Amino acid sequence: MASYQLQINGKEYRTEADPDTPLLWVLRDNLGLLGTKYGCGIAQCGACTVHLNGLAVRSCTLPVSTVGTKKVTTIEGLSADGTHPVQQAWDEVDVPQCGYCQAGQIMTAAALLAKNPKPSSQEIDTAMNGNLCRCGTYHRIQEAIVLASSKISK
Amino acid sequence: METIRTSRRDFIKLSVAAGGGLVLGFNWSDTEAAGIALLPAGASDAVNFNSYLAISPDDIVTIFSPNPELGQNIKTSFPMIVAEELEADWSKVYVVQAALDTKKFERQLTGGSGAIPHSWERLRKAGATAKYLLIEAAAKRWGVTSATLVAENGRVWDKANNRSLTFGELASEASQISLPAEVKLKDRKDFKIIGKPIRNVDNQAMLTGKPLYGLDFYRKGMLTAMIQRPRSFGMKLKSFDGTAAKAVPGIVDVIQFKNNVAVIGKNTWSIIKARKLLKIEYEKEAAIESTPDHDALFRKLLDAKESTVRRKDGDVDTAFSGAAKVIKREYQCPFLPHNPMEPMNFFAHVRPDGVELVGPSQTPDMARNEVAKLLGIAPDRITLELTRLGGGFGRRLKADYVVEAAELSSLVKAPVKVIWTREDDMGGGSYRPAVRYRFEAALDKDGNLIGYKLRGVGINSGNPTREHNFPSGAVDHLLIDSIEHQSPITTGAWRAPITNFLAFAEQAFLDEVAVEAKKDPVQFRLDLLDRAKKSPVGEIRYDIDRMKTVIQLAAEKAQWGKKKNVAQGFSVYFSHRSYVAQVAEVEIKGSKPAVKRIIAASDCGIVVNKSGAEQQVRGGIVDGMGHAFFGNLTFKDGAAEQLNFNSFRLIRFKEVPEIDVHFVDNGIDPTGLGEPALPPTGGAIANALFKATGKRLYNQPFNKQPDLEGVSLGRSI
Repeated sequence: MASYQLQINGKEYRTEADPDTPLLWVLRDNLGLLGTKYGCGIAQCGACTVHLNGLAVRSCTLPVSTVGTKKVTTIEGLSADGTHPVQQAWDEVDVPQCGYCQAGQIMTAAALLAKNPKPSSQEIDTAMNGNLCRCGTYHRIQEAIVLASSKISK
Repeated sequence: METIRTSRRDFIKLSVAAGGGLVLGFNWSDTEAAGIALLPAGASDAVNFNSYLAISPDDIVTIFSPNPELGQNIKTSFPMIVAEELEADWSKVYVVQAALDTKKFERQLTGGSGAIPHSWERLRKAGATAKYLLIEAAAKRWGVTSATLVAENGRVWDKANNRSLTFGELASEASQISLPAEVKLKDRKDFKIIGKPIRNVDNQAMLTGKPLYGLDFYRKGMLTAMIQRPRSFGMKLKSFDGTAAKAVPGIVDVIQFKNNVAVIGKNTWSIIKARKLLKIEYEKEAAIESTPDHDALFRKLLDAKESTVRRKDGDVDTAFSGAAKVIKREYQCPFLPHNPMEPMNFFAHVRPDGVELVGPSQTPDMARNEVAKLLGIAPDRITLELTRLGGGFGRRLKADYVVEAAELSSLVKAPVKVIWTREDDMGGGSYRPAVRYRFEAALDKDGNLIGYKLRGVGINSGNPTREHNFPSGAVDHLLIDSIEHQSPITTGAWRAPITNFLAFAEQAFLDEVAVEAKKDPVQFRLDLLDRAKKSPVGEIRYDIDRMKTVIQLAAEKAQWGKKKNVAQGFSVYFSHRSYVAQVAEVEIKGSKPAVKRIIAASDCGIVVNKSGAEQQVRGGIVDGMGHAFFGNLTFKDGAAEQLNFNSFRLIRFKEVPEIDVHFVDNGIDPTGLGEPALPPTGGAIANALFKATGKRLYNQPFNKQPDLEGVSLGRSI
């Protein structure tokens, strides 16, 4: 066990964990931040996506010891009250079915739009192809990203 | 306007609940992410009108949604139906997932696309009865006759005197009014909520990462457990050494139960690591099977003499011996895991005074009964609260993982949450059964279908045919039979059980028969339906007119046969009381075929939620297409060879085609939509690819078929 000081959603958290513990399980088991989901554990499905210094990363394969002072953003910290343009667009387009993968989808989309506010449909395809949705909401995800892009660009 | 008799069973009127009298859902308070306000302040003083509905003095209408929500959107659709008849203000409706309660609710399960058809009238009555009581209460307060009053948008109005009272103001008095013998239901033309696109009631919670799912349930003092089950079906545990695993910090215990070894600890990562240190020996207890064994077995069974006859019309032997042309084709599919994105999990706390169960289940009543049987106690000593389900697809119809949690909690005498890894999930059984079909058609010299044979052989498949489905009833001489092989590999219902592959095989075969008969595939199907209508052969369990209507609507919307440079394929299927026809469109891009578009026409009767319904169809098509192309679970020495998404491929974002969704508007009472859009998809695509390439697909997954090399998928290709 080692002690870690993590910068998450603008707050500082202290926690004890084995150095190889994936950030995902620190978030869920230690810190009670349960919006980040476990889906595969091998960075294949994207349900565990968080931002590390603004970049979308898979927290299920990211050892807590490598996080250091980098800023972590989880779905809980994307906005204070669900009003990030991506969250709003997801609601307006009514994207979720079971909803389990959607936090990861939103974090991937938000990272894309932060870097590239007006992505082409090919750029959206490329950014989103690593996030699985077993319910098949891909069309609405695409539609919501286009809507969020228009909200951001206003 | 319909008049419906109320029944006491549905409408147990409760007295005004004391403060906090409503079930407020789970206690999440041990987590930082706690504090989802399930109900706003004030709602706890609500009056319960019936099992589904409570109204608080400050006008909050709480609607309890009893059925498990796994993405079929029932948690939004059910309350819409209640609110419609109540004339509620939808913006003041709060929806709460009801816990298992067999006294209040019937058929509290998710499966068979059956929730809406089962509950449509019950939900309407629940809303209509409460509305009646509120109007009567207002009439009494004002001293007028109730016939002059109307309910609208959360208020009862006396329009002649330009006055109104809110539902909240009337709730307490309404609870004193006697229940009516019968209630009037609204005319469809007056619907204000049903048929509209209403957003998912859990959107805010889902989109902000609130803990809604079983895996998100944490309780102070709770232990977490993972279970090492035999990797190979047909093997049993011989011995194990858990010393090294138990020495890992954070591990509380390593115990054997049945053929399993459970690693129990305080945090997930310690358990994952400790589990890798288990030393377990297994021994053979039943047949150890591999995929090549099944391939050989299927061919043998298709020629076997003994079978179970499912349906027999006329005399197939004479029809086939006198036929001008006979077409015989075979189709095969592999096992499939369900792969809901949230793996199996459940929380159990077995205490001397009772048992608490919390988690995701499609069949909570069955799960409770199985736990009761395991523990030797009465089911009424067990409570079961439902979380939202991160997908189901049929996997959570089984209660194995619920029973595991209860058994472990009972053994370690502590609250336990059992969680499965993705590998446990994919390797752990309850698969869509592998099946092989042989279809035979006899045509006369004019291309009429005079004889039809279907044999289905499957592994733990039950009856792999649907013998009374189309084209049964339209063919004079018909024989449908089946043979089942019993295997240690466990199987279960997988979204649109049996028809998820049978529909592909049948619709691909009929397409080939139509071509051999030199008929247009759409007209060929319509002619068969006309034939079944005019002189039906034996029993017919589908509605001929409804099937014709979806065929015609899909053909019209897709401009069937009229588009240039587009290869179209047709498919239609009736399942779970609903009818769906699809046209797939393939275009040649460069020299390669690309699956670009699917046009779907569905008849599920009245569409309850336009947004939810459209996505059910689209999602069903994506699911059907993805598994037809990629889904492949193979076995070596009794063990699944694909255990995670690096080797088991699911359809991804860029691979989905455009999907146009249309509904038949016929005003018939609604039927299910969670499954019916899936079965037709594989056939429509295969038939379109044939048009484009001249090559037929017989087996799934398509991407393993040599003829399919070079096919691309996706709307942006």
